[in-house]
Amino acid sequence: MRVQVTKRQEPLGWGSCFIFLGALAFSLAVSAALLGLQGKPPATGIRLLFAGAFGSPWALEDCLLKAVPIFLCALGVAVAFRLQIWNLGAEGQFALGAIGASWVALSFPTLPGRYLLPLMFLAAALAGGLWGLIPAVLKLGLRVNEIIVTLMLNYIGILILEYKVYGAWKDPGSFGFPMTPEFPAAAIVGSIGATRLNWGLLVCLAAGAAIALFLDHTRLGYELKASGENIRAARYARLPYERLVLLVMALSGALAGWAGCLEASGSLHRLQPTIMVGYGYTAIVVAWLARLHPLKIAIAALLLAGLRVGVENLQLDLQVPAAFGQIMEGLILLTVLAGNFFKDYRLRWREAG
Amino acid sequence: MTAEIVIALLAAAVQSGTPILYATLGEIFSERSGVLNLGVEGIMLIGALAGFITAKATGAPLYGFLAGGVCGALLAAVHGLVCLVFQGNQVVSGLALTILGTGLSSFWGTPFIGQRTVGFAKLPLPLLSEIPLLGDIFFRHDPLIYLSYLLAPLMWAFLRYTRWGLGLRAVGEHPEAAAAAGLRVLAYRWAGVLGGGVLMGFGGAYLSLAYTHLWTNGLSAGRGWIAVALVIFTFWRPGRAILGAYLFGGVMAFQLRLQAMGTTLPSSLLLMLPYGLTIAVLVFSSWRGRGSEAPAALGINIEPRE
Repeated sequence: MRVQVTKRQEPLGWGSCFIFLGALAFSLAVSAALLGLQGKPPATGIRLLFAGAFGSPWALEDCLLKAVPIFLCALGVAVAFRLQIWNLGAEGQFALGAIGASWVALSFPTLPGRYLLPLMFLAAALAGGLWGLIPAVLKLGLRVNEIIVTLMLNYIGILILEYKVYGAWKDPGSFGFPMTPEFPAAAIVGSIGATRLNWGLLVCLAAGAAIALFLDHTRLGYELKASGENIRAARYARLPYERLVLLVMALSGALAGWAGCLEASGSLHRLQPTIMVGYGYTAIVVAWLARLHPLKIAIAALLLAGLRVGVENLQLDLQVPAAFGQIMEGLILLTVLAGNFFKDYRLRWREAG
Repeated sequence: MTAEIVIALLAAAVQSGTPILYATLGEIFSERSGVLNLGVEGIMLIGALAGFITAKATGAPLYGFLAGGVCGALLAAVHGLVCLVFQGNQVVSGLALTILGTGLSSFWGTPFIGQRTVGFAKLPLPLLSEIPLLGDIFFRHDPLIYLSYLLAPLMWAFLRYTRWGLGLRAVGEHPEAAAAAGLRVLAYRWAGVLGGGVLMGFGGAYLSLAYTHLWTNGLSAGRGWIAVALVIFTFWRPGRAILGAYLFGGVMAFQLRLQAMGTTLPSSLLLMLPYGLTIAVLVFSSWRGRGSEAPAALGINIEPRE
C-alpha cells in the first residue's frame, strides 16, 4: 500500500469543521497525557477545565471578561494578517494603550466621565496606533522585517509600562507595590447591571461589526483583501499598498490599545504590571484559528478565554502550573495548522505498483 | 584599573554572547535550507530545561548539554512535521512552537525554580590563555565557549565546500532546480530543521549549565528572537554571527555591570537596550543589504508531488 497525495479540486466545506474539532480533541488528549505524566488524574483534569470555563454563570462571566481584550487584539491582528503584514505586536500595543489611558486618567482626574472616558479611549488608540506605525514605517521605508520589530516593541512596551509604575506613577500609599493610584470614578468603565461585565463588551461588538463591514462592504476593505492575496498583482493594479500598510498597522494598534484601556479602566481600575498576561499573544492564536474572519474570531476568543479561565480552576484544584494553558494554546494552533492540510489535499491509498 | 574593567567586560561579552551565537548558527542552518523557524525562543527554553534537569539528575554537565541538543531537535521536529509534511505556514507554526516551548518549559520547570545544578567550570586553555589581552578575553572560559569558536568556521566550511552543504543551500534557494538535479529536497530540509534545532537547544543548555547554573522560568528572555534578527544582520553567514552575537553579549554584560555598580538609571530602561539594539541592527542591515541576501525559497513550502 502506498499513500498518494492529490490536490483537492474543490475546497472542503463542512469537513473543515471536523478538522477543527479533531485538532481540538487531539490537543486535549496530548494535554491530558501531560497531566498524567505529572501524576495528576487526566480525566478529572479535563473535566475541571471545562467545568471551570463554562460550568457556571460566574465562570461564563469570567470568560466574557477575558474574551473582550483577546477579541479586540485578535481583530486588529487579523486585519493586518489579511494584508500579509505579520503584526505580532499586539502585546506591546496593548501595553501602550493602557499607558495612554492611564496617563489621561491620572492627569485629568477632575474631568467628568463624559469627557474623561472618551479622552482615555482616544489616548489609548493614539498610543497603540503610533506604536503599531513604527514597524509599518520601518517596513515601508527601509524594508525592515516587521516580525522582529513588532516582537521587540512588545518587550520595550512592557518595560515602558514597568518604568512608569515603578517610577513616576507609583502610588505613594501602595506599600512599595508597583501600581498607580486607583483611577477616579469617572475614569472607570461602568458595569452592566449587576454583573461583573462592563460596557467594554459593547465596544467589542461595535468594533467587530465595523471591521466586518469595512472588510466586506467598502472599497478600501476590498482593496485590502485583494492586496493581501497577491501583493505583486495589487501593485500592478496600482492599489495603494503603502497606505494600506499604514492603515492596518494603525488600526491594529488602536484596537489593541483599546483592549489595554478597557483592562486598566474596567477590570483593574489602575495600571500595574499584572495587566500584561499575554492577551496579545493569545490574540495571534485566535486570529489564526478563526482564519481571520471577524465572527469566527469572536467564537475563538471565547474559546481561548474559556481555556484561560479553566486553567485557573486547574491551578486551584490540582496545583497545575498556569503554563498549562500556554501549552494547550500552542498545541491547538499547531494541530489546526497541520490539520488544514486535509482541506487542500486528499489522501488516496493505492496498491504499490 | 580601567583596562581591567574593559577586559572583564569583553570577557563577559563573549560569555553572554555565546548562547546567542549557538542559536544564531542554528537559525542560519535552518534558514539556509529554506525553513524559517520562529520557534527558537521556545526551543532554547526547552534546551535549557532539559540540560538543567539532566545535569542535575546525572551530575554530568556534558550529558545535560547533549540532552539540550536532543530535546531542541525534538521540538524542532514538530515544526518540521507541521511545515514539511503538513504544509503549514512557517511563520505561524514557528510562533506556535515558541508558545508551546515556553509553556512546556514553565510547566515542567516550575518545581525547579531557584534550584542550582552542576555546570561547566572555567577551563583556561594552556598557552593561549597566557596571551596578553586576547588570552583574558577569549581563552579563560568554559569548554562550551571553545566549542562555539570552532562551530562557526566549521559551518562556514560545510556550507561552502562540502557536497551536502551545497545541497542544503540549493534546496533553500531553488528547491525545484535542486529536485530536478536529483537532490532529495525534503531530506535536506529535515536536516536543516533538525540540525538547527540541535544548535538552538545547545544555546539554551548553555544558559542553564554555564551562564546561570540555576533555573528560572523564561530563562532565555528574548535571546531566541534576537537570534532570528541576527540571522538577517549576518546576511545568513556563520562567520558574521560571531560578531553579532558578541555585540549583543556586550550590551547585556554592560547593562548587568551598570546595575551591579548601582547606577541611578532605572533597570527597566537598561533592560530595553538589547531589544532596542535589535531594531537598530535590523534597520542597519536593511539599509546595507536591502534584504536581498535571504535564501530565495525561505519560508516557502515544497508542495507534495502528485
